[in-house]
Amino acid sequence: MVRYELPDVSEHMSFLEMLDVLNEGLARKGEDPVTFEHDCREGICGCCGFMINGVPHGPQRGTTVCQLHMRHFHDGDELWLEPFRAAAFPVIRDLMVDRSALDRIIAAGGFVSVNTGSAPDGNALPIVKQCADMSMDAAACIGCGACVASCPNASASLFTAAKISHLALLPQGQAERDRRAVRMVAQMLEEGFGYCTNAGECEAVCPKGIKLDNIARMNRDFLKAAVLFREENAPAGAA
Amino acid sequence: MGRNAQGLEKAIGLIPGIREEFWRNVNVPGSGEELNQSLERAGRVADFLELGELICRDALAREESCGAHFREEHQTEEGEARRDDEKFCHAAVWEYQGDGTAPARNVEPLNFEYVHLAQRSYK
Repeated sequence: MVRYELPDVSEHMSFLEMLDVLNEGLARKGEDPVTFEHDCREGICGCCGFMINGVPHGPQRGTTVCQLHMRHFHDGDELWLEPFRAAAFPVIRDLMVDRSALDRIIAAGGFVSVNTGSAPDGNALPIVKQCADMSMDAAACIGCGACVASCPNASASLFTAAKISHLALLPQGQAERDRRAVRMVAQMLEEGFGYCTNAGECEAVCPKGIKLDNIARMNRDFLKAAVLFREENAPAGAA
Repeated sequence: MGRNAQGLEKAIGLIPGIREEFWRNVNVPGSGEELNQSLERAGRVADFLELGELICRDALAREESCGAHFREEHQTEEGEARRDDEKFCHAAVWEYQGDGTAPARNVEPLNFEYVHLAQRSYK
Protein backbone atom coordinates (compact mmCIF):
# COMPACT_ATOMS: atom_id res chain seq x y z
CA MET A 1 0.00 0.00 0.00
CA VAL A 2 1.47 3.34 -1.05
CA ARG A 3 0.24 6.74 0.07
CA TYR A 4 0.30 9.74 -2.24
CA GLU A 5 -0.65 13.31 -1.47
CA LEU A 6 -2.00 15.38 -4.30
CA PRO A 7 -2.50 19.10 -3.76
CA ASP A 8 -4.23 21.44 -6.22
CA VAL A 9 -6.59 18.93 -7.78
CA SER A 10 -9.06 20.80 -9.96
CA GLU A 11 -12.71 19.83 -9.45
CA HIS A 12 -13.06 19.74 -13.23
CA MET A 13 -10.58 16.90 -13.56
CA SER A 14 -11.90 13.44 -14.16
CA PHE A 15 -10.59 10.78 -11.81
CA LEU A 16 -8.26 9.36 -14.41
CA GLU A 17 -7.01 12.84 -15.33
CA MET A 18 -6.12 13.24 -11.67
CA LEU A 19 -4.20 9.96 -11.79
CA ASP A 20 -2.44 11.22 -14.94
CA VAL A 21 -1.32 14.30 -12.99
CA LEU A 22 -0.15 12.08 -10.14
CA ASN A 23 1.77 9.88 -12.56
CA GLU A 24 3.38 12.78 -14.32
CA GLY A 25 4.65 14.06 -10.99
CA LEU A 26 5.96 10.63 -10.05
CA ALA A 27 7.70 10.21 -13.40
CA ARG A 28 9.38 13.57 -12.99
CA LYS A 29 10.73 12.45 -9.62
CA GLY A 30 11.94 9.18 -11.18
CA GLU A 31 9.41 7.10 -9.22
CA ASP A 32 7.20 4.38 -10.65
CA PRO A 33 3.81 5.69 -11.81
CA VAL A 34 0.58 3.98 -10.80
CA THR A 35 -0.49 1.45 -13.43
CA PHE A 36 -4.15 1.45 -14.41
CA GLU A 37 -6.06 0.44 -17.49
CA HIS A 38 -8.04 2.85 -19.64
CA ASP A 39 -9.00 3.35 -23.26
CA CYS A 40 -12.00 5.32 -24.42
CA ARG A 41 -12.19 7.49 -21.31
CA GLU A 42 -15.89 7.96 -21.98
CA GLY A 43 -17.60 5.09 -20.23
CA ILE A 44 -18.16 2.67 -23.09
CA CYS A 45 -15.14 0.44 -23.62
CA GLY A 46 -15.06 -1.34 -20.27
CA CYS A 47 -11.28 -1.04 -19.85
CA CYS A 48 -11.06 1.21 -16.85
CA GLY A 49 -12.14 0.17 -13.43
CA PHE A 50 -10.90 -0.09 -9.88
CA MET A 51 -12.28 0.25 -6.36
CA ILE A 52 -12.55 3.69 -4.82
CA ASN A 53 -13.17 3.41 -1.08
CA GLY A 54 -14.50 -0.10 -1.57
CA VAL A 55 -16.90 0.65 -4.42
CA PRO A 56 -16.11 -0.34 -8.03
CA HIS A 57 -15.97 2.79 -10.18
CA GLY A 58 -16.48 5.00 -7.13
CA PRO A 59 -19.49 6.67 -5.55
CA GLN A 60 -21.44 7.84 -8.61
CA ARG A 61 -24.20 5.46 -9.73
CA GLY A 62 -24.26 4.40 -13.35
CA THR A 63 -20.84 5.77 -14.22
CA THR A 64 -17.41 4.33 -14.80
CA VAL A 65 -14.28 5.63 -13.15
CA CYS A 66 -13.38 7.62 -16.28
CA GLN A 67 -16.70 9.46 -16.03
CA LEU A 68 -16.20 10.35 -12.37
CA HIS A 69 -15.15 13.93 -11.73
CA MET A 70 -13.32 15.34 -8.77
CA ARG A 71 -16.16 17.73 -7.93
CA HIS A 72 -17.75 14.72 -6.24
CA PHE A 73 -15.01 14.77 -3.61
CA HIS A 74 -13.81 17.27 -1.03
CA ASP A 75 -10.50 18.84 -0.29
CA GLY A 76 -8.69 16.62 2.19
CA ASP A 77 -10.58 13.42 1.29
CA GLU A 78 -8.69 10.16 1.62
CA LEU A 79 -9.31 7.81 -1.31
CA TRP A 80 -8.41 4.13 -1.10
CA LEU A 81 -7.77 2.70 -4.55
CA GLU A 82 -7.66 -1.04 -5.03
CA PRO A 83 -7.81 -3.31 -8.07
CA PHE A 84 -10.91 -5.42 -8.77
CA ARG A 85 -10.38 -8.42 -6.54
CA ALA A 86 -11.37 -11.95 -7.59
CA ALA A 87 -9.57 -15.25 -7.89
CA ALA A 88 -10.48 -15.21 -11.57
CA PHE A 89 -8.94 -11.73 -12.03
CA PRO A 90 -5.23 -12.12 -11.29
CA VAL A 91 -3.57 -8.80 -10.53
CA ILE A 92 -1.11 -7.75 -13.24
CA ARG A 93 0.17 -4.64 -11.54
CA ASP A 94 -1.15 -1.95 -9.22
CA LEU A 95 -4.75 -1.32 -10.32
CA MET A 96 -4.63 -3.47 -13.44
CA VAL A 97 -6.09 -6.99 -13.41
CA ASP A 98 -6.33 -9.70 -16.03
CA ARG A 99 -9.97 -9.98 -17.12
CA SER A 100 -9.49 -12.39 -20.00
CA ALA A 101 -11.71 -14.83 -18.06
CA LEU A 102 -14.64 -12.69 -19.23
CA ASP A 103 -13.44 -13.04 -22.84
CA ARG A 104 -13.35 -16.82 -22.44
CA ILE A 105 -16.93 -16.81 -21.15
CA ILE A 106 -18.04 -14.96 -24.28
CA ALA A 107 -15.99 -17.27 -26.48
CA ALA A 108 -17.80 -20.23 -24.90
CA GLY A 109 -21.19 -19.16 -26.20
CA GLY A 110 -21.84 -15.44 -26.21
CA PHE A 111 -22.50 -15.28 -29.95
CA VAL A 112 -24.91 -16.31 -32.69
CA SER A 113 -23.39 -18.66 -35.23
CA VAL A 114 -26.41 -19.70 -37.29
CA ASN A 115 -25.89 -19.44 -41.00
CA THR A 116 -28.34 -16.93 -42.42
CA GLY A 117 -26.90 -16.64 -45.91
CA SER A 118 -26.82 -12.98 -46.87
CA ALA A 119 -28.14 -10.58 -44.24
CA PRO A 120 -31.93 -10.84 -44.08
CA ASP A 121 -34.08 -7.72 -44.03
CA GLY A 122 -34.30 -6.66 -40.39
CA ASN A 123 -38.03 -6.07 -40.73
CA ALA A 124 -38.55 -9.63 -41.93
CA LEU A 125 -37.99 -10.92 -38.39
CA PRO A 126 -40.88 -9.83 -36.18
CA ILE A 127 -39.94 -8.86 -32.64
CA VAL A 128 -41.90 -7.10 -29.97
CA LYS A 129 -40.39 -3.67 -29.23
CA GLN A 130 -40.22 -4.41 -25.50
CA CYS A 131 -38.11 -7.49 -26.21
CA ALA A 132 -35.83 -5.53 -28.50
CA ASP A 133 -35.50 -2.87 -25.79
CA MET A 134 -34.71 -5.42 -23.08
CA SER A 135 -32.18 -7.04 -25.36
CA MET A 136 -30.56 -3.67 -26.02
CA ASP A 137 -30.44 -2.96 -22.29
CA ALA A 138 -28.71 -6.28 -21.68
CA ALA A 139 -26.37 -5.67 -24.61
CA ALA A 140 -25.24 -2.45 -22.90
CA CYS A 141 -22.87 -4.47 -20.72
CA ILE A 142 -19.34 -3.20 -21.33
CA GLY A 143 -17.58 -6.12 -19.65
CA CYS A 144 -15.75 -4.04 -17.07
CA GLY A 145 -16.05 -6.60 -14.29
CA ALA A 146 -17.37 -4.24 -11.63
CA CYS A 147 -20.10 -6.78 -10.90
CA VAL A 148 -17.49 -9.41 -10.08
CA ALA A 149 -15.55 -6.99 -7.90
CA SER A 150 -18.55 -5.97 -5.83
CA CYS A 151 -19.99 -9.46 -5.39
CA PRO A 152 -19.19 -11.06 -2.04
CA ASN A 153 -18.84 -14.36 -3.92
CA ALA A 154 -16.96 -12.82 -6.89
CA SER A 155 -19.63 -14.21 -9.17
CA ALA A 156 -19.69 -13.24 -12.84
CA SER A 157 -23.40 -13.98 -13.02
CA LEU A 158 -24.52 -10.50 -14.02
CA PHE A 159 -21.96 -10.37 -16.82
CA THR A 160 -22.78 -13.85 -18.13
CA ALA A 161 -26.50 -13.29 -17.70
CA ALA A 162 -26.35 -10.01 -19.60
CA LYS A 163 -24.90 -11.72 -22.66
CA ILE A 164 -27.20 -14.73 -22.38
CA SER A 165 -30.21 -12.41 -22.07
CA HIS A 166 -29.14 -10.14 -24.90
CA LEU A 167 -29.18 -13.08 -27.30
CA ALA A 168 -31.99 -15.07 -25.68
CA LEU A 169 -34.41 -12.20 -26.30
CA LEU A 170 -33.73 -12.05 -30.03
CA PRO A 171 -35.12 -14.34 -32.75
CA GLN A 172 -31.62 -14.99 -34.08
CA GLY A 173 -30.53 -16.26 -30.68
CA GLN A 174 -33.22 -18.92 -30.26
CA ALA A 175 -31.56 -21.66 -32.26
CA GLU A 176 -28.58 -21.87 -29.90
CA ARG A 177 -30.27 -20.68 -26.73
CA ASP A 178 -29.96 -23.85 -24.71
CA ARG A 179 -26.36 -24.70 -25.57
CA ARG A 180 -25.39 -21.07 -24.99
CA ALA A 181 -26.66 -21.18 -21.43
CA VAL A 182 -25.02 -24.50 -20.64
CA ARG A 183 -21.65 -23.62 -22.12
CA MET A 184 -21.36 -20.09 -20.79
CA VAL A 185 -22.34 -21.07 -17.27
CA ALA A 186 -19.91 -23.97 -17.37
CA GLN A 187 -17.11 -21.65 -18.51
CA MET A 188 -17.99 -19.09 -15.87
CA LEU A 189 -17.65 -21.69 -13.12
CA GLU A 190 -14.53 -23.23 -14.63
CA GLU A 191 -12.83 -19.82 -14.47
CA GLY A 192 -13.24 -19.81 -10.72
CA PHE A 193 -15.97 -17.20 -10.36
CA GLY A 194 -18.31 -17.73 -7.44
CA TYR A 195 -22.00 -18.59 -7.33
CA CYS A 196 -24.88 -16.14 -7.17
CA THR A 197 -26.67 -15.80 -3.84
CA ASN A 198 -28.87 -12.85 -4.84
CA ALA A 199 -26.87 -10.27 -2.91
CA GLY A 200 -27.61 -7.67 -5.59
CA GLU A 201 -24.37 -5.71 -5.22
CA CYS A 202 -23.66 -6.23 -8.91
CA GLU A 203 -26.72 -4.36 -10.14
CA ALA A 204 -26.03 -1.53 -7.73
CA VAL A 205 -22.49 -0.87 -8.99
CA CYS A 206 -22.98 -1.66 -12.66
CA PRO A 207 -22.02 1.46 -14.63
CA LYS A 208 -24.58 0.53 -17.31
CA GLY A 209 -27.42 -0.32 -14.94
CA ILE A 210 -27.73 -3.94 -16.05
CA LYS A 211 -30.71 -5.42 -14.19
CA LEU A 212 -30.72 -8.36 -11.82
CA ASP A 213 -33.66 -9.79 -13.83
CA ASN A 214 -31.13 -10.97 -16.38
CA ILE A 215 -29.77 -13.43 -13.84
CA ALA A 216 -33.25 -14.86 -13.44
CA ARG A 217 -33.41 -15.39 -17.19
CA MET A 218 -30.00 -17.06 -17.19
CA ASN A 219 -31.08 -19.37 -14.38
CA ARG A 220 -34.26 -20.29 -16.22
CA ASP A 221 -32.44 -20.93 -19.52
CA PHE A 222 -29.75 -22.92 -17.72
CA LEU A 223 -32.22 -25.08 -15.77
CA LYS A 224 -34.28 -25.79 -18.86
CA ALA A 225 -31.16 -26.67 -20.86
CA ALA A 226 -29.72 -28.78 -18.06
CA VAL A 227 -32.86 -30.91 -18.20
CA LEU A 228 -33.60 -30.94 -21.93
CA PHE A 229 -30.41 -30.20 -23.87
CA ARG A 230 -28.06 -32.88 -25.05
CA GLU A 231 -24.86 -32.19 -27.03
CA GLU A 232 -25.40 -33.31 -30.61
CA ASN A 233 -23.29 -36.06 -31.99
CA ALA A 234 -23.09 -35.24 -35.69
CA PRO A 235 -21.87 -38.05 -37.95
CA ALA A 236 -18.97 -37.13 -40.25
CA GLY A 237 -19.84 -34.75 -43.08
CA ALA A 238 -22.62 -32.93 -41.26
CA ALA A 239 -20.40 -30.30 -39.64
CA MET B 1 -5.52 22.05 -41.75
CA GLY B 2 -4.20 23.65 -44.90
CA ARG B 3 -0.67 22.69 -45.82
CA ASN B 4 1.89 24.64 -47.80
CA ALA B 5 5.37 23.91 -49.05
CA GLN B 6 7.05 26.40 -46.76
CA GLY B 7 5.43 25.06 -43.59
CA LEU B 8 6.07 21.45 -44.55
CA GLU B 9 9.72 22.07 -45.32
CA LYS B 10 10.11 23.83 -41.99
CA ALA B 11 8.56 20.89 -40.16
CA ILE B 12 10.75 18.38 -41.97
CA GLY B 13 13.73 20.46 -40.89
CA LEU B 14 12.69 20.56 -37.24
CA ILE B 15 11.60 16.99 -36.60
CA PRO B 16 15.00 15.25 -36.74
CA GLY B 17 16.22 17.60 -34.00
CA ILE B 18 13.22 16.80 -31.82
CA ARG B 19 13.75 13.12 -32.46
CA GLU B 20 17.44 13.30 -31.56
CA GLU B 21 16.61 15.09 -28.33
CA PHE B 22 13.99 12.48 -27.52
CA TRP B 23 16.40 9.58 -27.90
CA ARG B 24 19.11 11.39 -26.00
CA ASN B 25 16.96 12.74 -23.21
CA VAL B 26 14.02 10.39 -22.67
CA ASN B 27 13.50 9.21 -19.12
CA VAL B 28 11.47 6.05 -18.66
CA PRO B 29 10.82 5.14 -15.02
CA GLY B 30 10.60 1.49 -14.04
CA SER B 31 12.16 -1.49 -15.75
CA GLY B 32 11.55 -3.66 -18.80
CA GLU B 33 10.97 -6.70 -16.62
CA GLU B 34 7.30 -6.12 -15.87
CA LEU B 35 4.34 -4.30 -17.37
CA ASN B 36 5.50 -0.72 -17.85
CA GLN B 37 3.01 1.83 -19.16
CA SER B 38 5.65 4.56 -19.26
CA LEU B 39 7.71 2.41 -21.60
CA GLU B 40 4.61 1.86 -23.71
CA ARG B 41 4.03 5.59 -23.91
CA ALA B 42 7.69 6.32 -24.76
CA GLY B 43 7.47 3.77 -27.57
CA ARG B 44 4.38 5.49 -28.91
CA VAL B 45 6.08 8.90 -28.87
CA ALA B 46 9.02 7.41 -30.77
CA ASP B 47 6.59 6.07 -33.36
CA PHE B 48 4.81 9.43 -33.66
CA LEU B 49 8.12 11.17 -34.31
CA GLU B 50 8.79 8.79 -37.20
CA LEU B 51 5.26 8.96 -38.50
CA GLY B 52 5.03 12.74 -38.23
CA GLU B 53 8.04 13.24 -40.43
CA LEU B 54 6.73 10.73 -42.95
CA ILE B 55 3.37 12.51 -43.10
CA CYS B 56 5.12 15.81 -43.80
CA ARG B 57 7.20 14.27 -46.59
CA ASP B 58 4.15 12.69 -48.10
CA ALA B 59 2.21 15.96 -47.96
CA LEU B 60 5.13 17.80 -49.57
CA ALA B 61 5.47 15.27 -52.38
CA ARG B 62 1.77 15.32 -53.27
CA GLU B 63 1.50 18.59 -55.15
CA GLU B 64 -2.26 18.72 -55.42
CA SER B 65 -5.18 18.90 -53.06
CA CYS B 66 -7.04 15.65 -52.57
CA GLY B 67 -9.56 14.78 -49.88
CA ALA B 68 -8.29 15.76 -46.46
CA HIS B 69 -4.91 16.66 -47.95
CA PHE B 70 -5.31 20.35 -48.78
CA ARG B 71 -2.35 22.17 -50.30
CA GLU B 72 -2.93 25.90 -50.26
CA GLU B 73 -0.99 26.21 -53.51
CA HIS B 74 -3.52 23.96 -55.26
CA GLN B 75 -7.06 25.26 -54.92
CA THR B 76 -9.79 26.58 -57.20
CA GLU B 77 -10.90 30.25 -57.23
CA GLU B 78 -13.70 29.31 -54.83
CA GLY B 79 -11.23 27.79 -52.39
CA GLU B 80 -12.14 24.17 -53.13
CA ALA B 81 -9.59 21.37 -53.47
CA ARG B 82 -7.96 21.09 -56.89
CA ARG B 83 -6.75 17.63 -57.83
CA ASP B 84 -4.10 16.86 -60.41
CA ASP B 85 -5.21 13.49 -61.75
CA GLU B 86 -2.63 13.53 -64.53
CA LYS B 87 0.30 13.52 -62.15
CA PHE B 88 -1.10 12.16 -58.86
CA CYS B 89 -3.71 9.54 -59.58
CA HIS B 90 -1.82 7.00 -57.48
CA ALA B 91 -1.18 5.87 -53.91
CA ALA B 92 2.25 6.73 -52.52
CA VAL B 93 3.89 3.87 -50.64
CA TRP B 94 6.93 4.89 -48.65
CA GLU B 95 9.78 2.44 -48.17
CA TYR B 96 12.15 2.58 -45.18
CA GLN B 97 15.76 3.13 -46.24
CA GLY B 98 17.45 3.12 -42.85
CA ASP B 99 17.79 5.55 -39.98
CA GLY B 100 18.90 8.99 -41.05
CA THR B 101 18.08 8.30 -44.71
CA ALA B 102 14.98 9.67 -46.40
CA PRO B 103 12.45 6.95 -47.25
CA ALA B 104 11.85 6.01 -50.89
CA ARG B 105 8.51 6.86 -52.52
CA ASN B 106 6.93 4.00 -54.44
CA VAL B 107 3.89 4.55 -56.59
CA GLU B 108 0.82 2.33 -56.97
CA PRO B 109 -1.34 3.67 -59.82
CA LEU B 110 -5.08 3.91 -59.24
CA ASN B 111 -7.34 2.62 -62.03
CA PHE B 112 -10.97 3.66 -61.92
CA GLU B 113 -13.07 1.30 -64.03
CA TYR B 114 -16.69 2.03 -63.16
CA VAL B 115 -16.66 5.35 -61.31
CA HIS B 116 -15.10 8.06 -63.40
CA LEU B 117 -12.98 10.84 -61.98
CA ALA B 118 -14.82 14.14 -61.80
CA GLN B 119 -14.78 17.37 -59.83
CA ARG B 120 -17.50 17.39 -57.19
CA SER B 121 -19.44 20.58 -56.59
CA TYR B 122 -20.33 21.30 -52.98
CA LYS B 123 -22.75 24.06 -53.87
